[in-house]
Parts: sequence; C-alpha cells; structure tokens
Amino acid sequence: MVESSIFNEMYVNQGGVRSHYGSFEGWLAGQSDDLMRLKRTEADQVFRRVGITFAVYGDGAGMERLIPFDVIPRIIPQPEWRLLETGLRQRVRALNCFLHDVYHDQEFLRAGKLPIDQVLQNSQYRPEMRGIDVASDIYAHIAGIDIVRAGAGDYYVLEDNLRVPSGVSYMLENRRMMMRLFPELFVRNRVAPVEHYPDLLLENLRSVAPQGVDDPTVVLLTPGMYNSAYFEHTFLAQQMGIELVEGKDLFVQDGAVFMRTTRGPRRVDVIYRRIDDDFLDPTVFRADSTLGVAGLLDVYRSGRVTLANAIGTGIADDKSIYPYVPDMIAFYLGEKPLLANVPTYCCREPDDLQYTLEHLPELVVKEVHNAGGYGMLVGPASTRGEIEEFRDRLLARPDNYIAQPTLALSTCPTYVEAGIAPRHIDLRPFVLSGTQITMVPGGLTRVALREGSLVVNSSQGGGTKDTWVLEE
Amino acid sequence: MLSRTADHLFWMARYIERAENTARMLDVTLTTSLLPQSPRQAELGWRAMLGISELQPSYDAVHPTMSAPLVLDFMVRDPDNSSSIYSCLQAARENARAVRGALTTDVWETHNYTWLQLQTQLRDGLLERDPKQFFEWVKFRSHLSRGVTIGTMLQDEAFYFIRLGTFLERADNTARILDVKFHELGDGQSQRDGQSQRDDQSQRDGQSQRNGPEQPGSPHYLDYYYWAAVLRSVSAFEIYRRVYRDVITPLRVAELLILRPDMPRSLAASVNEVCGTLERVKNDRSGETARRAGLLGAELRFGRIEDLLARGMHAFLTGFLERVNDIGQGISQDFLVPLETPQ
Repeated sequence: MVESSIFNEMYVNQGGVRSHYGSFEGWLAGQSDDLMRLKRTEADQVFRRVGITFAVYGDGAGMERLIPFDVIPRIIPQPEWRLLETGLRQRVRALNCFLHDVYHDQEFLRAGKLPIDQVLQNSQYRPEMRGIDVASDIYAHIAGIDIVRAGAGDYYVLEDNLRVPSGVSYMLENRRMMMRLFPELFVRNRVAPVEHYPDLLLENLRSVAPQGVDDPTVVLLTPGMYNSAYFEHTFLAQQMGIELVEGKDLFVQDGAVFMRTTRGPRRVDVIYRRIDDDFLDPTVFRADSTLGVAGLLDVYRSGRVTLANAIGTGIADDKSIYPYVPDMIAFYLGEKPLLANVPTYCCREPDDLQYTLEHLPELVVKEVHNAGGYGMLVGPASTRGEIEEFRDRLLARPDNYIAQPTLALSTCPTYVEAGIAPRHIDLRPFVLSGTQITMVPGGLTRVALREGSLVVNSSQGGGTKDTWVLEE
Repeated sequence: MLSRTADHLFWMARYIERAENTARMLDVTLTTSLLPQSPRQAELGWRAMLGISELQPSYDAVHPTMSAPLVLDFMVRDPDNSSSIYSCLQAARENARAVRGALTTDVWETHNYTWLQLQTQLRDGLLERDPKQFFEWVKFRSHLSRGVTIGTMLQDEAFYFIRLGTFLERADNTARILDVKFHELGDGQSQRDGQSQRDDQSQRDGQSQRNGPEQPGSPHYLDYYYWAAVLRSVSAFEIYRRVYRDVITPLRVAELLILRPDMPRSLAASVNEVCGTLERVKNDRSGETARRAGLLGAELRFGRIEDLLARGMHAFLTGFLERVNDIGQGISQDFLVPLETPQ
C-alpha cells in the first residue's frame, strides 16, 4: 500500500487539516512536548490505579495489562455520524429480524436467499431455540458493529458482533480520562456526551423483561475475575446498580431463576450475560461448564427469564453469514442498505476458494466463528512460511474460512515512541435494541499501534482512543 | 446482597485489618528486641511473634535459623506465607477486585493502589532501610481504606459486612497481640498447667498473681518497656496515661485492651461492633450466631478484669480466640459462602 493512498482522519493529502480537526490541531500545536509526555504518563498511572486492565489469555491466569490509551481523539463530523447511525439502526433491525426468522418460519431460507445448510449445519445455529418466543422478538439486545474506513474515506461494516460484544467500558473510561487530562478541550469543542450509556443499557434491559414483571431484577452474569473483560463486567454492573453474579450465585427452582443472597433466594428476571452460549447451562450445552446455571435453558424457553443477548445470536454474526446481511436489509425492511459490506469470498464456494488460494498474500483470511483477532491471516503482513502454513489449514477446512481484500484502513495521528505518526484505526459503535433502538454518539475507536499493522484488537497489541462526535 | 459478594467484602476487610495488625505486632517485637537483653531472649521475642500467629512450623520449614531480618522477610514479603503482609494485602485487593462493583470507586482504588504501592515499597528496600516507616505505611493504608469506606459507602449490607470483617479480625488480632508475651515464655501447655518456670507477667499485678513465683532477677524495667510497647503497638500509650494517670501495670493494660468499650481496639469494643452489626444484617438463620456474640459481649461488658483473668491471661485469651473463631464460622454459615476449613 502506498502511504498517500491511505485516508488520514486528520490531514488531507497535501498537508492541510480537515475542518473538523481544525480546533483540535490548533490546540495540539500549542502544547509543549514535555506537557504532553506528562499527561500521557498521568493517564497510564490513573488507568493502573483505577485498575482498568484486561487479562491476556495465554499469559498466565491473573496477568493484567493496561490497554494503551492514545490522547489524540478520533473525531467524526456530525453529518458522517448521522449517516452511520441511520445505517447501524437499519442493519441491527434487519439482523434481529433475521434471527427471529431463522428460529421461526425461515422465510429468508425458503426464499432461497441463503443456502439452508449453511444455517442448519452451522455450529452457531441453536436448534434449542426453534419456535421459542423471546421478549419483543429481540435477540441481539447489545450489538457492537465494527466499522472501518477505507479507500477515499468510505465507511464499511467489517463485522457484526452479536454475541457478547465488549469494549464499551473503554469508550466511557477514555472519555472520562480525556476530560480529566484536558478539560479545556471540551470547552473549545462541542463533543457529544456518551456517559449516559449505562442508563440506556439498563432501560433497554428492563424493557425486555418477561411479560407481567413490572419491576424486573436485572443481573450481569460474568465468567469471573480471570475473564479478559472482567473490568468491563464490574464497571457496567456498578454503573447500572445491578448485581454482578457468577453462575454459582444462581440456581433454578420451581421454573424460575434465583440468586443466593444474604437474605435468602431472590428472583432474577433479566440476565445480561457475558458468557458464551456454550457455557450457559451444563445440562444442555457443555457439560463441563462451571460458569453456567443448570436448568437455565428450560426457564428461558418457558419465557420466565430474559437472556441478553438471546441464545443463538451467533448464527447472525458468523462470518460466513455476513455476506448476506445486505440482502437481509432488502428482504425484511424493503430498504436499500446504507452501510456497505466489505467484499467477501466464502471459501466454502469452490470459485471463491480458488481465488483466495491464488491471492493469499493480498487477502485477509478469517475463521468464520472466531473473534478477537485470533486465528486470522493478514496476507500482506505475513511471511511466506506463515502463508503456506495457513494455506494448509485453509485447504483442510475451506468452509471454516472467509477472505476479504486487505483494506487500506484509515489512519489517525497517534503518539508512538518517535513522536506522532499515523496508525490504522477502526470504530465499534454499540447499538441497543429493546422496545426501541438507542445508541450513544460514537463508539470505541481502536488503533493498531505497530507501524503498518491492521490488527486493532487489544488482545493483539492494539490501543484505544477517545471518539468524538462533534455537535453542530 | 449476593452471599458471594458479602463473602468477598468480609474477607477484604479481614485481610486489610490483619495486615495492619501484623505490622503492629512486628513493630512491637522489633522495638522490644532493641532492649538490652541476651541474644537468646531476643530470639524468644521473635519466636513468640511467630507462635502467636501460629506460624512457627512454616517458618522453620524455610528458615533454619532465627534472626530479625529473616523473620521480617518471612512476615512481610514472603508470598508463600499466607499471613505475610504481602499476602494479606494481595488477598484484600483480590477480594476487592472480585466485587469492585459493590464498592465505591474510592474504596476500590484505595485497595488497588495499596497493592501497587506495596510492590514499589518492597522493591525500593523501604523495609530494610526503615522498617518502622514501612509499618507506619501499612497502618496508614489500612486507616485510609477504613476511612474511605466510612466516608464514601452507602450504609447498606455491603458496608455492614465490611465492618463485620474489620471488627471480627480486630478482636482476634488484639487478643493475639496481648498474648504474645505468653508465647515468649516457651511451651504453652506447661504454662496453662501452672508448671512453668517463669511467671506469666500479666498476672504479676495484685490479685491475679496465682501462677507461680516471680522469676528472680528479671529486671522490672524490662516489664515496663514491654507493656509500653504493647500499648504503643495498639496506639494506646497516650490513652493509657490519660485514663489511668498512673504507672504502667500489666493488669491495667489488660483491662484497657480487654474491657474498655471506649478503647477502639479493645476486645470489648470490637465484639460490641460485631454484635451491633450482626443485628443490622440478621436473617432467619443468624439467631444462634448473634446469641453467641451477644453472650461474649455481655461477659466483656459486665465482667471484672480480676475474674476474667482468674485462670491467667493466656487461658482467657485462648478461650476468647476460640469463641471469636466460632462466631466467624457462624457468620460464614449464616450469610456467606460456608468455610471449607477454619481460617
């Protein structure tokens, strides 16, 4: 990739500053290097003291790391955000329609829009959910949609995260940090607030309580303190004022879910669960799971407890289903998709596999069920050996992979060792669906800190930035 | 609230209190070890400190000899010693982390920062350079976490289970600090039977002088310094002077630290807090635990020091520790996650 062909969020190619960055750039130019270094150190110290850390798998249990935070914000002008927001609402609505359909009448499949086997044979499809009605017909209550900007500045949806998307706590903490470090910036710029996200989330969760429950008890179910996103679980539970429970705190009795409290059992109505389907109920899914609650699925199927997100949402965010989302929007909503997909080659198709094998060094190849940047190949950033090794894995199980062109992700100026340099970024807005769809402006901006790297996942050495949507 | 949450809060508070009292105990032992005495006596002082924490066997397993630096190392920074200050502060922080959502940000950050700073302190050699300052630091971090708890937390169950942990641990620890002198005398069993060569000095005063003859030649001023150090270790030296306006005698020290309800680290005050807090969190299972705590509280409230110590201070304290342990088990059974092994 030629550097000049990459869209820079702050500068136009000939060195001018984009107008929405004008005020910030002027301010930054007036700050001394020493002061900025001091502020960055302060940010690190505060994050450590506050304990905003995440655990890295394979690093030994209990290893905590900071996610690097960059003090240069990613700024989105209002008109662009309006387009994104409308597009995201549309997309998530269609995805929820698809999920309801796939577990009920399967009209989309019967209309031939998607090969039926590709759904029914998919490990993310949960036959246990067939014919089950969930509150308000909503499955993906919390969706984290990954957006990238490429080419001349067009937005694309890179993937839909509909199972247990994480990162929203960093969005909130990053804002808090920026306001603490540089209060004057928020006087000079009209930055749309995001701090009310926990309120929206709680409202959303309460709105999908089982029928007849007026004052629902909502809890957040965590796998426990060694989970990589444990900080976020505690943070959200605290901000919403709900109990943070582990599987062993819950039990099923008389067809309802209860938690063990110091005053005896207490009924639970809505579970915001941050553990995967597989671990939810050892009597139905993985029997070796110690994280879940025996009998939970029965209560869920009888409609006496709400799970958010619903069981079986993985079928809609599977990377092999992703190429069909634009069709879902047309099919269920009768609308034209406002946000584009990235062109995708499904390796289960012989032609696509052929193309992928011939173009491995240029493509990004991903496992269909995986997330978090694990199990993927970034062709241009890989050695010949790595590519050949991946080729073998691909040939062994073509249906397990999809391939996409390596996008020239947009960059944003970022503090690195040598000063400020452009680094690739993406954006994860969070869309809440209940009786209505709500979201806060912006989302979590992740940044790949290594020069040239396109992988922004925190588990792979990515950092984060505050994300500003400017009000007009 | 969740039983598991209450459990973490309870143990978070116990561990920070235990760290504080370990620092206090080490401080008094270090101070008394500086008095003019034979190396043998100094060693006995350190042995007593380990004995009272029930750690002599695990110390002997790693250190063949006894010396102040080795004991300090073992009691402060040894991660394999679950009672070391390092382990206690880590456990307090891990318990806090498990339920940080139930804490105010201020409380959580205090525990987290204590843990982070501890590692810096130990790495920078503060313990070796200035142990007293290190112990001061531990005490102040504990003061801070308690103050932040009182100053920021809603007074709901979360708050009460923290308080319950604090005072149950304090009752236990103050009793141990008082008893440390007994352990200095060597074999506890013979002492209990009244067969020891040396008197339990706490009973030297007045009516409670029952357990055999005073050891001849034991310089009396050492006694003074010993009990003064005990008083200082629980921040009670000035209080003693104000309350009694008199010379320091073991019986009065015992009275102050056992019976005075207005002395914040006394057994009476600690058990009082436990009783009051149990009343606030009571459920339909906790009646028996509350009764036992209440009975213990009543004995301390209405008892006379001479009667309590009739069989000797050590016997009294041993019985007291057993009852505190029993109340702790009751609390676990009634409200928390039942203990697998007695702590």
